[in-house]
Amino acid sequence: MADLIRSIAGHYNYWMFVILMMTGLFIVVSRGNLIKKIAGLNIFQTSVFLFYISMGKVTGGTAPVNTGRAGEVYSNPLPHVLILTAIVVGIATTAVGLALAVRIKESYGSIEEDVIEDMHRTERPA
Amino acid sequence: MEHHLVLRVVSKLIIPPILLFGLYVQFHGDHGAGGGFQAGVIIAVAFILYGLVFGIPRLLRVLPWRFIRASMAAGVLLYAGTGAASMLMGADYLDYAPFGATPVEGQHLGILLVELGVGITVASVMLAIFIAFAARLPSQIKDEEW
Amino acid sequence: MIAGATAGFIAKHLPVLVVLVPLMAAPACLITGNRHATWAIATLASWTSFALTVALFIRVAGQGPLSYSLGGWAAPFGIEYRADALNAFILPLIAGIASFALPYARGSIGRDVEPRQQNLFYSALLLCLAGLLGVTITGDVFNIFVFLEISSLASYVLVAAGGGRDRRAFKAAFDYLIMGTIGASFFVIGIGFLYMATGTLNIADLAHRLATAPADRTVRMAYGFILVGIGLKLAMMPLHQWLPNAYSYAPPAVTAFLAATATKVSLYVLIRFLYTVFGLDDPFEAQTLKLLVMPLGIIGIFAASTVAIFQNDIRRMFAWSSIAQAGYMLTGIALMTPQGLAASLVNIVNHGLTKGALFMAVGMLTLATGTSRLSDLRGIGRTMPWTMAAILAGGLGLIGVPLTAGFISKWALVSAALDAGQWWLAGAVLLSSLLALGYVWRIVETACFGKADETRVIEPVPLAMVIPAWGLLAVSLYAGVQPALIMEGANAAARSLLPHLTGVGG
Repeated sequence: MADLIRSIAGHYNYWMFVILMMTGLFIVVSRGNLIKKIAGLNIFQTSVFLFYISMGKVTGGTAPVNTGRAGEVYSNPLPHVLILTAIVVGIATTAVGLALAVRIKESYGSIEEDVIEDMHRTERPA
Repeated sequence: MEHHLVLRVVSKLIIPPILLFGLYVQFHGDHGAGGGFQAGVIIAVAFILYGLVFGIPRLLRVLPWRFIRASMAAGVLLYAGTGAASMLMGADYLDYAPFGATPVEGQHLGILLVELGVGITVASVMLAIFIAFAARLPSQIKDEEW
Repeated sequence: MIAGATAGFIAKHLPVLVVLVPLMAAPACLITGNRHATWAIATLASWTSFALTVALFIRVAGQGPLSYSLGGWAAPFGIEYRADALNAFILPLIAGIASFALPYARGSIGRDVEPRQQNLFYSALLLCLAGLLGVTITGDVFNIFVFLEISSLASYVLVAAGGGRDRRAFKAAFDYLIMGTIGASFFVIGIGFLYMATGTLNIADLAHRLATAPADRTVRMAYGFILVGIGLKLAMMPLHQWLPNAYSYAPPAVTAFLAATATKVSLYVLIRFLYTVFGLDDPFEAQTLKLLVMPLGIIGIFAASTVAIFQNDIRRMFAWSSIAQAGYMLTGIALMTPQGLAASLVNIVNHGLTKGALFMAVGMLTLATGTSRLSDLRGIGRTMPWTMAAILAGGLGLIGVPLTAGFISKWALVSAALDAGQWWLAGAVLLSSLLALGYVWRIVETACFGKADETRVIEPVPLAMVIPAWGLLAVSLYAGVQPALIMEGANAAARSLLPHLTGVGG
């Protein structure tokens, strides 16, 4: 039991990652509002960022900045660099998604998925 | 929001330090934490704040749309062009060693140019995203709604 | 002397130039602004990168794998671009399709994008091309993710470009964005697990380290996440929901380009991860492929082909057929033999060529008549015999009639299945051809035997669309009559991935 608790507590960053990831995915799947879907997608992506960043943490390590002092323990900078790129990708995705939501709102007058689906049904089917 | 005196004065006070800090983050990037991505966003924030307080039309007078659009492309071209230049000087793509007398000097100059390209693109893309959304508002947001 | 120096320069930097040409042309298009000039830049860039990919293919075939370190940082620390028998085989397909799609876009894009914004359309297309080429050539797994997202973001925008004509394109692009981003995030989580287990991101280094250490739970998690993430991007059967809408409402040039390249590149990534990175020595990995991917592929073939038969829209019909074709490719990959892999690779190229030509021909039909609904196209074969002939030729390729490119790939898959002792799989592949016959026949029946609508207005199709469509069709027909080159390339690629099975023969 004590081992189990220690293993759960010792990996709490991964638990947070899983919780956030599932929260994000659940919002994407369950909400019909397109903006809420994007918000869910953002939470999902953020969980991935946290996963990478917490992976690179070295216990007791400082920020990976070259201070010139020898023998200093610092965190692994590579996951941080990777995630910087992933964050930029995430911003671009969010911007494109929101832009599409704006265009959908302009042409359908709604951003609720069920309303849009209803309109599709009444239009001539493709 | 132009008649809000406090907002106007505070934003005019705060925009120059934001820009200065952006430049610091931009050019300090090869010594410490910082770099083009972060600096680009900070510099864009200064202009976005200006646009929020004084309105998009005035922002577009400071930075015309054509200029923003051109600098989006120019940043990427600066980045890729730095790489192409290093290729023309006989090294691998994005190997900055031949830019200076010593490889270390070359790396210093090369990363500065590349990060400048990143900064220009990020700043103008952030601005473009903000303007593209804000300028689409059917009517400017009323003060009572804030 | 200058020519010699230029040739030497190109030879030295070949792997990076392939990606760099379209990547630099894209912002150039944005600055230029004029739509004729941007079209010229874009077309020139795609032709240049096609020539470079062909040069790369010849060089790799002659001299073996080619490695290029970006920034002079040697692998595994720096990012490596690596061309081997597998990706040098896929690259010319991507750049080649783009070289046909860009002239075609000039003729068709006026319907979808207003003149002032056409430079944006061309830069998005070039970014998509650069991304797809980058995914294929890079030897760094995180770089694959970055390029995959460059190409995906560009393709969401390209799909949405169809919104000017039909607003459903916006919703299709939005759904594509949601699904595509979830897929990419799963992929990047998988890469995170791989990095956690091995501490490296270089493909060759990953392969080496995973081969020497027994697979643990972390590696298996990575395998699962990558399989699902890439499965979303390539429209593996239960993860295909985004594809029919995206292909039906995008502008015709975009549909032709994406159908022929985007899912194919994702399949390449899957092959690369399964065979190079993971190596499939671990029973869990091999069993997943056998007991999950293979059945999903077969279900995909039958279900998607059946759905295709009942579609009223030709573009949607062929979109469903693309999902079915992805099923064939997955089955070949899941056979885990060099022959099965070679069959999938042949199918990737042949189906890319055929589907590209087919969507171009359908785009001509849509442009001329203003509709792609079968019920509105009765008797169209009598008014537009040549376009219908092109669609029919492509359709025969989908069925797998002898002398078409589709026959070659189906033949390769059936013989691979028989070699592996999976006679039931061979039977299923043959049986599924009947379903393809079903939907192609529906088009033929409506177009040739339906009662023509006398009042129908046929608009002239610009030559800029006719020439690329027939050109690509000619290439695909040539690939059916003279399959040797593609077969050899695929066999060499398959052998390079499964070296321990070389003795079985291609």
